[in-house]
Amino acid sequence: MTVMTFGRAINAGLRKAMDQDPKVVLMGEDIGKLGGVFRITDGLQKDFGAHRVIDTPLAESGIMGTAVGLAYRGYRPVVEIQFDGFIYPAFDQIVCQVAKLHYRTQGNVKMPITIRVPFGGGIGSPEHHSESPEAYFTHTSGLRVVSVSNPQDAYTMIQQAIASDDPVLYFEPKRRYHTKGEVDEAADLSQAPAVGAASVVTQGSDVTLVTYGPLVSTARDVAIAASDDGVSVEVIDLRSLSPIDFEPLEASVRKTGRLVITHEAAQFGGLGAEIAASITERCFNYLEAAPVRVTGFDIPYPPSKFESHHLPDLDRIMDGIDRAMGRPNSLSALEGK
Amino acid sequence: MSEQHSLRDGVTGEPLTLITAEGQRVDSDTLDPWVNDVGDSFLAGLYEDMVVIRRIDTEATHLQRQGELALWPPLLGQEAAQIGSARALAQDDFVFPSYRENGVAYCRGVNLTDLIRVWRGNASSGWDPYQVNVATPQVIIGAQTLHATGYAMGLVNDGASSATITYFGDGATSQGDVNEAMVFAASFCLPVVFFCQNNHWAISEPVGLQSQVPLAGRAPGFGIPALRVDGNDVLAVLAATRIALDRACSGGGPTFIEAVTYRMGPHTTADDPTRYRDANELEDWKAKDPISRLAALLNSHGMDMEKLDADVAAKADAVASDLRSGCINLPDPEPLDVLPTFSLRIAPG
Ligand SMILES: Cc1ncc(C[n+]2csc(CCOP(=O)(O)OP(=O)(O)O)c2C)c(N)n1
Repeated sequence: MTVMTFGRAINAGLRKAMDQDPKVVLMGEDIGKLGGVFRITDGLQKDFGAHRVIDTPLAESGIMGTAVGLAYRGYRPVVEIQFDGFIYPAFDQIVCQVAKLHYRTQGNVKMPITIRVPFGGGIGSPEHHSESPEAYFTHTSGLRVVSVSNPQDAYTMIQQAIASDDPVLYFEPKRRYHTKGEVDEAADLSQAPAVGAASVVTQGSDVTLVTYGPLVSTARDVAIAASDDGVSVEVIDLRSLSPIDFEPLEASVRKTGRLVITHEAAQFGGLGAEIAASITERCFNYLEAAPVRVTGFDIPYPPSKFESHHLPDLDRIMDGIDRAMGRPNSLSALEGK
Repeated sequence: MSEQHSLRDGVTGEPLTLITAEGQRVDSDTLDPWVNDVGDSFLAGLYEDMVVIRRIDTEATHLQRQGELALWPPLLGQEAAQIGSARALAQDDFVFPSYRENGVAYCRGVNLTDLIRVWRGNASSGWDPYQVNVATPQVIIGAQTLHATGYAMGLVNDGASSATITYFGDGATSQGDVNEAMVFAASFCLPVVFFCQNNHWAISEPVGLQSQVPLAGRAPGFGIPALRVDGNDVLAVLAATRIALDRACSGGGPTFIEAVTYRMGPHTTADDPTRYRDANELEDWKAKDPISRLAALLNSHGMDMEKLDADVAAKADAVASDLRSGCINLPDPEPLDVLPTFSLRIAPG
């Protein structure tokens, strides 16, 4: 076990994947000498050469479309999108080509492309640098979408994403890049949890709290704070946003009867809606209360002075737990309770 | 250097020509050296190809009118651009086409029934790209130019000496993807041939709406040499494509070819060009027909045209009848065939 930061863990995972398969190439803006604006690819161009760690022209559709061509040729491109809010010029190539070519060609052409996206807020950035665009992609079949919440997962899941013959969007919670954690670099990938598997990170019995990416550590704090209030929270880290591993969610909700979902992304049409609907369909008779969503507001990501209000934090998630538990909460007055 | 210079001469001026609309063989310093080996029997082969694909195109159009195909994008008028370029390719060159390159697909050996699978609504693509080195036809305008460019990055990395060619229309040149592809191809000096069929129309929009300069004139701004050729002259197109492929395969990077041609039919069978196009324009272009000019040239060379036409017509009839029977005998898919027979999600877990 080595203690390393989240960012370093992704770097180590990329390095290992590149070591093991010469067809793995990295592409992106400023990922070479600079090592990326977040330094995630630090040192890789020096060690693997400019033909495998490619500083591309500044054009996201160009990067994604050439990655498609490389995949056609048998490569496994790993594309870095510099920030969440800059993925949109590549949206057409992702949705119309990356996601569909495998289906379009009846399985003949595979698209083993990994798209790394630093996402989410909390770093005091200007517009376009703090977004959570994951639902645009979970809505598109043909894509796998994952989000990592800790250095060990970051390390193993980047390798699993690269090894996958499916295209994978790999969402990295940029505000957690400097979080440290233990990473087993010798871990056998075949023994690691499947990339699609959700994981119960805190066990509990009163309410199920589902989240992913940057809010997993907040959710752990919520579980600790709630236990002081006598509420036992079970925290589930989704890890895979598409497809969703519903089994552990169902098992948990059958036990707790209550569900809270939290994410930074806006509420309308978000993952929380999908999870609430699916769990309601699957576990209706077990639910003691309506599922509760605690999310970013349905507004464009606000200027950074507002982000502490916009992002779900411990207080807002605790309030959501109170709602699910039928305890006094911020909406009680509105509901006349 | 001098060749580079002479290429530039062919960028914005009159299209380079070897066979005039009247079927006269004329000289071109730029193109002639690349078709020295082309004798009358080779030309007769190109003639056959053009007649056959026109017949395929006509048959498919009829099949659409008879309700056997949902839609068809005719290539009528663009035979020389497609045959001249496709016959310049080597087996391991990889083609990234749009939806209109059925003539190119035919040259690459795509099975006739596979040509119409998509247009009958049976499948999202007709063939396995790796069997014929032709990517699945692209409907998103311009997207395939980036795929060709990325594939070419792979070729360079692999140390391969083949090239990619990507086909797109005049309308596509306005798309960001085409421009981005040219940036990438130029910066990385990639073996890509950008083959633009300027057929003068993007559905109802004339080429003047896309560009105020000849399309080939854009490429030098990217650092990409360009050739503007008569796209109805199969020999000129063959020569230009050979120039571009030679440059690509010898490390000289991309070339942009503008083949100046004309879409004599509608955009697709669902289109009505009488709403936006002057009938005189069509008459003008009929006089520049790619097939009749080659017939005139061969005739002037003393070729027995009666025999050639009879042979070629017999072949075209046979191909058309195969296409028709392949089409009407294609069974409807079962509803559950919509689900892939392979796993869309292959990865562990
Ligand atoms: C991105 C995109 N926008 C719009 C369309 C609809 N569309 C299909 S063909 C076409 C015109 C294309 O013209 P051009 O590039 O000149 O090629 P041509 O059809 O003449 O061969 C349009 C607008 C499309 N397929 N893709």
